[in-house]
Amino acid sequence: MPERDHLTVTVQRGGPDAPMRPQTFEVPAYDNQTVLDVVSWIQQNADPTLTYRFACRVGMCGSCAMMVNGVPRWTCRTHVSKVLDGNAIEVGPLRNLPVIKDLAADMDPFFDKWVSAEGMHHPTRTRDDAIEAIDPVTMERQEANAGIECINCSVCYSACDTVAGNPDYLGPAALQRAWTLYNDAKDANKDAILDAVSGTGGCHSCHSMGSCTTYCPNELDPLSAILGLKRATTKRFFGGRK
Amino acid sequence: MSEFHLYMAQRLSALVMAPFVIVHIGVMIYAIQGGLSAAEILGRTQGSVFWFAFYGMFVVAVSIHAAIGLRTILGEWAGLRGGMRDWLSAVIGLGLFALGSQAVWAVTA
Repeated sequence: MPERDHLTVTVQRGGPDAPMRPQTFEVPAYDNQTVLDVVSWIQQNADPTLTYRFACRVGMCGSCAMMVNGVPRWTCRTHVSKVLDGNAIEVGPLRNLPVIKDLAADMDPFFDKWVSAEGMHHPTRTRDDAIEAIDPVTMERQEANAGIECINCSVCYSACDTVAGNPDYLGPAALQRAWTLYNDAKDANKDAILDAVSGTGGCHSCHSMGSCTTYCPNELDPLSAILGLKRATTKRFFGGRK
Repeated sequence: MSEFHLYMAQRLSALVMAPFVIVHIGVMIYAIQGGLSAAEILGRTQGSVFWFAFYGMFVVAVSIHAAIGLRTILGEWAGLRGGMRDWLSAVIGLGLFALGSQAVWAVTA
């Protein structure tokens, strides 16, 4: 039996047409319960108009991130017992993004910045060539491997105080993506990547506060990726080539 | 000037300032041994090409470094954007340079 039979859950409701306001629900408590389970219970049993987003429920798709007691988290992998404040939880939409409605944040700025950071593949070969053999032990490959498990959940983007202060800043996820491509032997345009991360809001805007690395649910290290981009752009400035 | 060039200018000016700060503090500790007087300071600095070059370069580095740093703060903390922010930080940089170079000239000329 759980210690409590009910949780007090405060959900931030609203959107562009209605100011955000908190609404409190009493939700049955269970031994094993994630924050996403709690939000789903409210939508299915208390208020079907509650808007939120999820898909895989196993920490792979990056859809269900929300602010939980003021901290960005992947809600499908966050146990209630881990975040409970007394008997209460507060759930809100991700920080640093526009709200579509209730708990669903508009991810457009987040993904637009992936493109702005040149987070796209620049092929070295055509479809008619043989597939390039990649040596898995090179330093570059290790650097790229360290960042490729990003699930685009935007937890780092919401945690970042530089994004909060500077709306132009590309953010940790986009810059980490740029760093993985920069280190990818199959990427043909490293200069385009370094140019993209050197402009307004690029990697040089980062203050190295490290919230991205602290809050990344997949335990990735965007901070080190951003520092790598700073080193690479500085090296290029002094005439160094990759 | 791009964000990257401002970043490099701020890092390079920091690199220049680091030894200057150490010597500046070292001389301060040395100079106050046995009391501090304007005559003693001016005796060391007046007519000295070394101290003119030392504090002259120091002032240039400080003006560049502080103006770029304050430009970031004006953007993130005061919410200024675009030309207004660039103009204000340029004024701060030129102001620091004017005040600093006047002081350097006053004690070394």
